[in-house]
Amino acid sequence: MFHWLEQRPFFFAVFVFVFVAFAGIIEIIPDFAKQSRPVVGTKPYSVLELTGRHVYIQDSCNACHSQLIRPFKSETDRYGMYSLSGEYAYDRPFLWGSKRTGPDLMRVGNYRTTDWHENHMLDPQSVVPGSIMPAYKHMFTNIADIETAYAEAYTVKTVFATPYDQDIDGDGEIDVPLGTLEEAKASALKEAQAIAADMKNQAVKDAVANGQVPEIVALIAYLNSLK
Amino acid sequence: MQNGAQIEYDYSVAKAFTFSTILFGIIGMVIGVVLAFQMAYPELNYLAGEYGTFSRLRPLHTNGVAFGFCLSGIFATWYYVAQRVLKVSLKESPFLMGVAKLHFILYFITILLAVVTLFMGITTSKEYAELEWPLDLLVVVWWVLWGISIFGLIGIRRERTLYISIWYYIASFLTVAMLYLFNNMEVPTALVSGYGDWYHSVSMYAGSNDALVEWWYGHNAVGFVFTVPIIAMIYYFLPKESGQNVYSYKLSILAFWGLLFVYLWAGGHHLIYSTVPDWMQTMGSVMSVILILPSWGSAINMLLTMKGEWQQLQTNPLIKFMILASTFYMLSTIEGPIQSIKSVNAIAHFTDWIPGHVHDGTLGWVVFMIMAAVFHMVPRMYKRELYSKSMMDTQFWLQTTAIVLYFTSMWIAGITQGMMWRAYDEYGSLVYSFIDTVNVLHPYYVIRAIGGLLYLVGVFMFAYNIYKTATAGRILDKEPANATPMAA
Repeated sequence: MFHWLEQRPFFFAVFVFVFVAFAGIIEIIPDFAKQSRPVVGTKPYSVLELTGRHVYIQDSCNACHSQLIRPFKSETDRYGMYSLSGEYAYDRPFLWGSKRTGPDLMRVGNYRTTDWHENHMLDPQSVVPGSIMPAYKHMFTNIADIETAYAEAYTVKTVFATPYDQDIDGDGEIDVPLGTLEEAKASALKEAQAIAADMKNQAVKDAVANGQVPEIVALIAYLNSLK
Repeated sequence: MQNGAQIEYDYSVAKAFTFSTILFGIIGMVIGVVLAFQMAYPELNYLAGEYGTFSRLRPLHTNGVAFGFCLSGIFATWYYVAQRVLKVSLKESPFLMGVAKLHFILYFITILLAVVTLFMGITTSKEYAELEWPLDLLVVVWWVLWGISIFGLIGIRRERTLYISIWYYIASFLTVAMLYLFNNMEVPTALVSGYGDWYHSVSMYAGSNDALVEWWYGHNAVGFVFTVPIIAMIYYFLPKESGQNVYSYKLSILAFWGLLFVYLWAGGHHLIYSTVPDWMQTMGSVMSVILILPSWGSAINMLLTMKGEWQQLQTNPLIKFMILASTFYMLSTIEGPIQSIKSVNAIAHFTDWIPGHVHDGTLGWVVFMIMAAVFHMVPRMYKRELYSKSMMDTQFWLQTTAIVLYFTSMWIAGITQGMMWRAYDEYGSLVYSFIDTVNVLHPYYVIRAIGGLLYLVGVFMFAYNIYKTATAGRILDKEPANATPMAA
């Protein structure tokens, strides 16, 4: 039979495809619906947090930091409660990482502060002696792109029904407002001001006062949201 | 054309891809060595401002080596091997010739754009699928062109039965096409909202689903770029170079269909102890172990092809490259399954043992086999004797030493790290803070970087040897039947 196939490229290709594809069909499809259900309390990222997430991705922080706490005592002691699938329901893309050159960040918002992150990004060795992480000084001067983050939030709201502008927990208030681009920019700036108030860098404070959001502010907003 | 008449093969596209193999190989591996030194000496992160940090360069390294160097090598060998085993010249079909040339041009442009965008930090962050959607579309276009080239050449072939190498090229083409399409499903945000960067997109899948699709892709794209086409190469080049028949046809069949049937399951082993369902993690683990059979099937088939002819190892360094490649393939395909066993994975995952595993596979198997293929092809494409046998031999030993330094240091580093993360003292508290587990790795990072540097020196020797062969090698009056002639 295999000899027969080797002389018929079309059937050969069909056989190859079937042999290869079956694993994916069995493996992936059945669990898709179940895996996307959010855990109670999980909320979509605010526009500023999403902007920070883009900064995180742009500099490939995920190359060295994971966001996945495995169910081992050594990990829950070190990082906190192990990860649940539903906690990632609004993560597009997922950022689990595959290598821990630095520690896990899944719940970093629980044990690090704005101030700590500021120092860490400016001079990692000042807060963690012996760290091999590079400094990310350019984040203090580069201005973050809030508009693209808004575009993403708008897209996931429209296409994937991510619950922006909704009352998720049923307390009668909208949990994560999105609104128009202008509204989103205004509320992102307000969030940024609150973060900049806890920061020391004068250039960053000045930029925020002038209505701009440096990348570091957005990144810290994102890192603080990881809980 | 009469039966038995000499077919005049056209190597223009194969030569172009050989050139890009060497070019991207050097770029990708130089960045790799820089990364290795950055981990040992973090000050090296500031060589190029925000564009020189480890995190920016890391996707450039993986993409450069996988899709620059390795894919070029695959395409170069395809345009060489296919004509020969299908007994048809590209010259005979102006259409397929045009397709092949367009394939090269679009491919080359894509890789250059990939370098620029990754430097700028434009990335989707999914490993081995970092390119944003406009580049993804470009990839799809030239991947389809390669498909047209594959099935076009097969369509006009004179040899009725498809040789084993062709099976593997077909499998690589179809599987990567499927994986790439599904994993890169993205929604361009500017198209939906009208705001923001036009090239930005958001994944179709969220969280655990995204991870599942990504590693179904990630592991298997690596498999069908780094394993399957490389097997295609060794099935052609080892018998050709040694003048020996493939040891067993039955074993070839078993290994091929077995590999296809089992391989895609193995992606699940990247997700052990994650939030995807347990049964999937278990399947990934079990199937990875079963995968030893077809992998070793091919490797043993190749080693036994040398039965009775082992003295060739002493006379022909090209054979040495291929035999060592097969051996490293066996090492890597037993190491992977071991890491997929849950209890081992608990220690190995997230540590340096993983890059160690990847690199004994890539440096020992993939790069060695592609270099062997280029060494075999270039004298035949340029009709010249290989420039230097002794340089090739030196390169072989230098790089073999380099690989050993690389993987042994990373094995020790990874297991050390994994054990330190989980160490408890007698009072039930963690013994080490995270930074302790980083600092202890410094000597291993230094050894790894030195290994990488030695390997890179070997790559430069390879490039020089090939360049001199093409330009200054002694001209051959007729094509060698098997062993490639080489000057001392």
